[in-house]
Amino acid sequence: MKKYIIQSLRLTGVLLVLLCVIYPLIVAFAGRFSKGNGGGEKISRNGKVVGYVLLGQSFTKPEYFWGRPSAVGYNAAGSAGSNKGPSNPDYLKQISDRIDTLLKYNPGLVRSAIPADMVTASGSGLDPNISEQGAIIQIKRIAAYRKLNERKVAELVVSNTKGPLFGMFGPTTVNVLRLNLALDELKNK
Amino acid sequence: MNTELFGIVATYLLTLVIAIPLGKYLAKVFAGEKVWTDFLKPLETGIYKLSGINIKEEMDWKQHMKALLTINLVWLVYGFFVLIYQDKLPLNPDGNPGMTPDLAFNTIISFVVNCNLQHYSGESGLTYLTQHFVIMFLHFVSAATGIAAAVVFFKAFREKTTVKLGNFWEFFVKSITRLLLPLSLVVALILALNGTPTSYEGKDQFISMQGDTVNVSRGPAAGMIAIKHIGTNGGGWFGVNSAHPLENPNYLTDSVELIAQVILPIAMVIAFGIFIRRRKLSWIIFGVMTIGMFLLLIPTVSSELGGNPLIAKMGVSQATGAMEGKEVRFGPAISGYWSTVTTIISTGSVNSMHDSTMPLTGMWQLLGMMINAFFGGCGVGILNYFIYLIIAVFISGLMVGRTPEFLGHKVEAREVKIAALITLLSPFLILAGTALASFVFTNHGDAAWVVQPKNWLSNQGFHGFSEMLYEMTSSNANNGSGFEGLGDNNIFWNVTTGFVLFLGRFLPIIGPVAIAGLLGAKKHVPESAGTLKTDTLTFGLMTFAVIVVLNALSYFPALALGPLAEYFTMLK
Repeated sequence: MKKYIIQSLRLTGVLLVLLCVIYPLIVAFAGRFSKGNGGGEKISRNGKVVGYVLLGQSFTKPEYFWGRPSAVGYNAAGSAGSNKGPSNPDYLKQISDRIDTLLKYNPGLVRSAIPADMVTASGSGLDPNISEQGAIIQIKRIAAYRKLNERKVAELVVSNTKGPLFGMFGPTTVNVLRLNLALDELKNK
Repeated sequence: MNTELFGIVATYLLTLVIAIPLGKYLAKVFAGEKVWTDFLKPLETGIYKLSGINIKEEMDWKQHMKALLTINLVWLVYGFFVLIYQDKLPLNPDGNPGMTPDLAFNTIISFVVNCNLQHYSGESGLTYLTQHFVIMFLHFVSAATGIAAAVVFFKAFREKTTVKLGNFWEFFVKSITRLLLPLSLVVALILALNGTPTSYEGKDQFISMQGDTVNVSRGPAAGMIAIKHIGTNGGGWFGVNSAHPLENPNYLTDSVELIAQVILPIAMVIAFGIFIRRRKLSWIIFGVMTIGMFLLLIPTVSSELGGNPLIAKMGVSQATGAMEGKEVRFGPAISGYWSTVTTIISTGSVNSMHDSTMPLTGMWQLLGMMINAFFGGCGVGILNYFIYLIIAVFISGLMVGRTPEFLGHKVEAREVKIAALITLLSPFLILAGTALASFVFTNHGDAAWVVQPKNWLSNQGFHGFSEMLYEMTSSNANNGSGFEGLGDNNIFWNVTTGFVLFLGRFLPIIGPVAIAGLLGAKKHVPESAGTLKTDTLTFGLMTFAVIVVLNALSYFPALALGPLAEYFTMLK
């Protein structure tokens, strides 16, 4: 028994070095060659960081495309989902309020055009994407607020829509941060 | 929609393409045959030398279990104190506090037993030091413990009669050097190149486009996320696990993480047959497990794609399916697939919030964990399956009126007793635990704990009951996923699940290894016309029937009170 204890202690020590020092350092070294050099890829405008490509951020002003509802207000230091069960009455009330808000701000929008992702909270609270339909229903509002041609905004949505992986696997997505950055550019021109 | 289904098919096929050769490789590694990774031998010899281990010393099953328990105990003590004092140790750039004793108790048990139930949030509850030196370390070694235990079990059936079952330390170290570490390295590199952070920098801050100040938690996560899947651990870097965009940046990484968590459990099954020179038995087991997996998978994906009927009534479009708690870049289909895989395998990582899935999906998730033997965790999955198999052998023996046999060894009273006790353990822990929690919730709602029992549940009614049932089931299955609406960081849940975790891990390891050890030592009976063959389709069906009947009898009442009741109330 005593032999096992000593062997266990020594083996633990050796493995701590291999698995917790050497292994992560190799990964950290490789990570330096990724976009963002291992610290997460950032987007800058005029030399100032305005966000992380992968992390959604809060857009509530009517002249920007909105992202998905977030249970934590897009707090990138405390991710969480809503964890609301599908039959929870408070939750269903919340969904209904979100639908009303969308209907109020988006002229001409009908209920059946609203995709579920625009009224439900994401898993992480940091979802950087919305569905293509989620962007399309906001075009009219954006165009009106920014006094832009609707067709131009629609083109912008199309060019910021990313199809499935290799054109075959998974859903179509729109990165809200990139879309809004491009939208601001459009105004400046 | 179709592209989402193609994604599932492609991911599954790729899993098989990797797992089956991996199984062959695994069998060779542990049989000591030549493999291409033999260049790692000097590393292993170095580890043995530094640790004072002589791998020529063969152990019987009891010595194996003693070695296993001893080193696990060392990790328990070591990790507990590091977690409590993490605030005083280096590598804490965000200045996070030490853990409370009850949380540390729960966390350390949870990670030692490969469960990875997390009652804290990674961003604020751990430091980079504990993320690596406790959590990631245990990801590796707890998975290796499971694999080593399974290899001991394999060994017992390789020779006709044997008590010498090899050296535990050798199996354990080789699991790391030949499987876990190289595979994790590959996955970690893929993640790193797709944007998962790897550097040791602390929190970042930026001003968003709308002018909000945003703090961003980061850290060297890629390496840990790799082993969390390869080792079927599941405990993530960030609070929301693989739903977090930095932990799982895109559809490609999602598939990689999905594949990573299934390959070893499948490979173990394939390796078993090769190792004991009975490939057909392996394929029968693989078949039963695959059927079981698909029976849970298909209804899960279909109920998620169907969306929430109560939201449908409000008139919005759920073209892609139920989206609450899901990420747009994955979508409901692959999220449903993930939820099945992560619950039948004891990973417990999530890419969507299980608490918000449809009621029936929740039931399939629960069932996956209750059965816990459709591939199951790294190494332990096949041990769990073996218990069902012994019960099936016993019942078949009774039916034909002969002494039951398994692979030429008589299965007698002692072995059947052990199998029966292990079978009864899970329902006991899950149901008694849930009953206790329900009792405290209803009768002692005002107890002065950090989270008062009356505030435990973020959803009332049937769904609230499901939250408690899920927590106990996940603990017993060493799964680690949760209906996270449950307020679980308080003394009741930390302590009760701590015990459930511990018992739910070590007894189901010791039981099957003991049975195998006892059987292996018995005289080999040559096969005759009267032998019950265990590698036939009929026996496969028999085992499947045993699994279904045992679990239906044990859990139907509890499932009826939770997810089923919620489902039927939503229909009206």
